[in-house]
Amino acid sequence: MIAVVDYGVGNLFSLRSSLRCIGAESCVSADPAVLRAADRLILPGVGAFGDAADKLRQSGLDRVVLGEAAAGKPVLGICLGMQLLFEKSFEYGEHAGLGLLHGRVVGMEGRIPAELKIPHIGWNALHICRPSPLLRDVREGECVYFVHSFYAEDCEDSLIATAEYGRELTAVVRRENVMGCQFHPEKSGDVGLRILRAFCEETL
Amino acid sequence: MITKRIIPCLDVKDGRVVKGVNFEGLSDVSSPVGLGRYYSDNGADELVFYDITASAEGRALFTDILRQVAETVFIPLTVGGGINSIEDFDRVLKCGADKVSVNSGAIRNPDLVGEAARKYGDQCVVLSADVKRVDGEFRVFAKGGRVDTGMEAISWIKRCVANGAGEVVVNSIDTDGVKRGFDLEMLAAVLEAVNVPVIASGGAGGIRDFVELFQKLPTIDAGLAASIFHFGEVTIPELKRELSLHNILVRQTL
Repeated sequence: MIAVVDYGVGNLFSLRSSLRCIGAESCVSADPAVLRAADRLILPGVGAFGDAADKLRQSGLDRVVLGEAAAGKPVLGICLGMQLLFEKSFEYGEHAGLGLLHGRVVGMEGRIPAELKIPHIGWNALHICRPSPLLRDVREGECVYFVHSFYAEDCEDSLIATAEYGRELTAVVRRENVMGCQFHPEKSGDVGLRILRAFCEETL
Repeated sequence: MITKRIIPCLDVKDGRVVKGVNFEGLSDVSSPVGLGRYYSDNGADELVFYDITASAEGRALFTDILRQVAETVFIPLTVGGGINSIEDFDRVLKCGADKVSVNSGAIRNPDLVGEAARKYGDQCVVLSADVKRVDGEFRVFAKGGRVDTGMEAISWIKRCVANGAGEVVVNSIDTDGVKRGFDLEMLAAVLEAVNVPVIASGGAGGIRDFVELFQKLPTIDAGLAASIFHFGEVTIPELKRELSLHNILVRQTL
């Protein structure tokens, strides 16, 4: 059973549909007992980092995610959910993240050439920097769907794949059982489904 | 680098795709679910569904169909038509839409774009503008392109982007249906004015029109079309092959 952590942000319809499509049993839950009983956790997220981090803390689910991650349960953060895995973000101020991964989240503004549009939105190619079971079925150069204005940096120790947009943007990260995708696998067609399947089938 | 997007647009009325098509391997050509799936399998980068139903029953049917599409198609879905309020945003987002396109609704209620952007984020709000040349200027038209609002289009688009529209679809009424190419002059004026993704719509008659679009306007993000895809005049794999040959970066599905 995969539990999608429901802390009140985002639309989980497509994520649940994509998990159903690959035959994975899933639930959306804010109940710590359900999250603890699940085999794997997905941390979703859209919107602003500060709001999402507050909601995660207010719900108390931050402690559940931290506890389960420490116990070795596979955790996958998606989009803002991936950013929350890092130590901190500089999106409209400075906000603490979960600190499961080393690194920080910064804005693209001023860090990519001015002629490039922000947000980085659309299909971009993955450049795989380090082999990982999460990307076992993904080939170098396959495209996935991104929508974001902030990105993680100083995270070389967990960096698995990047996407080029005026600079190398962090696209996939992993440290042991803690993983994240900046893009939306549930909106990335067949490639995205392959990544979700790899997450669901992986044995640590 | 980010790829150029190819977007088929499906008009849905009373639960059926309006423009008739006939594809091998697709038994029901007017099923939005079947056709959406077909395009997705063939490399469409995104799908736009326009609800052109007038009745309440039709609207309920549309959201039902949208849900079925989102259960089987895993690429970005944009939904438009009849979006007049935050409740309408809510209704389609809950059924699996990723972006919501507003047109006449934004003209009637100019606060709608800003309200929706604050609630769902800029990336979720798409301004769709039907634009036509009148007396030497670009004008915004409402109600499916039938009514001249008298508003100058570039300033209208700029205002909506400033209010939070994260993407703009520019549909040129002047080139729509003519099949002699996109309205490059109009699109260039919009690209000059805003720094969010701009999607070209209206005028595609063949592959060469997409090549010309992306070559002449390197900052345009996507090309949208309906009938040439629906009638099989252009297939997405051959279109993408041709764009690649012209060194235009597109997503290849293997």
